[in-house]
Amino acid sequence: MAGSMDSGLALRAPRNDERREKMVEFALPKNSRITGGTSWPKPAGATETREFKVYRWNPDDGKNPSVDTYFIDTHDCGPMVLDGLIWIKNNIDPTLTFRRSCREGVCGSCAMNIDGQNTLACTKSMHDVKDGAVKVNPLPHQPVVKDLVPDLTNFYAQYASIEPWLQTTTPTPQKEWRQSHADREKLDGLYECILCACCSTSCPSYWWNSDRYLGPAALLQANRWVKDSRDEATGERLDNLEDPFRLYRCHTILNCVKACPKGLNPAEAIAELKLKMVERQI
Amino acid sequence: MALSIVHRLTGVALYFGTLLLAWWLIAAASGPTAYAHVQAFTSSFLGRLIVFGYTWALLHHLLSGIRHLVWDLGYGFKASEREALTWGALIGGICLTVLLWIAAYAIGGGR
Repeated sequence: MAGSMDSGLALRAPRNDERREKMVEFALPKNSRITGGTSWPKPAGATETREFKVYRWNPDDGKNPSVDTYFIDTHDCGPMVLDGLIWIKNNIDPTLTFRRSCREGVCGSCAMNIDGQNTLACTKSMHDVKDGAVKVNPLPHQPVVKDLVPDLTNFYAQYASIEPWLQTTTPTPQKEWRQSHADREKLDGLYECILCACCSTSCPSYWWNSDRYLGPAALLQANRWVKDSRDEATGERLDNLEDPFRLYRCHTILNCVKACPKGLNPAEAIAELKLKMVERQI
Repeated sequence: MALSIVHRLTGVALYFGTLLLAWWLIAAASGPTAYAHVQAFTSSFLGRLIVFGYTWALLHHLLSGIRHLVWDLGYGFKASEREALTWGALIGGICLTVLLWIAAYAIGGGR
């Protein structure tokens, strides 16, 4: 898991091997600072337009990141920020790069920072952005692959580290593993997580210690398996989290709760894990 | 996030405030001259401002700390509860500080 962030690209956040031993970095590395940007002309014949300011970075041209300005024809475009980005890609600038798939808040691909808040471009209406331009940036403090595409290798590796599958020692039953309705309900508010990374990349603790702190998304998932009545590896799961960084770097800042586009509560899930750590000692 | 930062800042401020408290106690144990020096400083405008700030840092950090205890016990995570706890700590800290100073002056402190 450690060191897996090394992608060989120029990075927005410092790479692990470049990171000096200090807790906080307030400024971006020199090659990650935003300079200039293209202002694209308004679409011809459009009666109503909306301004988009979009983060651009190309790993191949050796330039610093920039913010490009686009105007979309709102009469020719759907209401969501993702609709706007697709309109730009189809009508103005085909080089604009972003991830998207389901366009209905289920896949988590189009997570990005819109108007200063991490959220899903497909469920965020551009009309809910009140002041002026719709500002679109990649998820904060992750290495950037290109434009709005962050490198989430470390994030996924952390998810893998909590072993997100059912673990049992008793013999497998003839049919399915059974669970009461009451036990199933304990997973509500946890199973809905789509791993979009909005929460983890909004967390200051995660920004500063993402190499050692698992972050809200992976911890919410850890709690999902700890709470599953069918799972028999609860002790091992908690042992894995008994570490000054992996779990206890959460300082209840609560940015994760505000960011979650699915309305989940990672902070509460982490508090439950911390409580279980204490409960098993007494 | 803002109140999390304020909680940390007041925590750091308390270290310096505690130095002031230690200075006061040592001076009280040393004798009248040393004590008079502390009194002169804390009666000055700047001294008063620092002690007032220290009172607020202490009370805010106390209330904010209770807020964190509530969260650590697994309560208060609903949106309305989070807002209430956070605003409660902020406004409560300011109100308690002002009340404490009014009370202190009313019983004749600071003379």
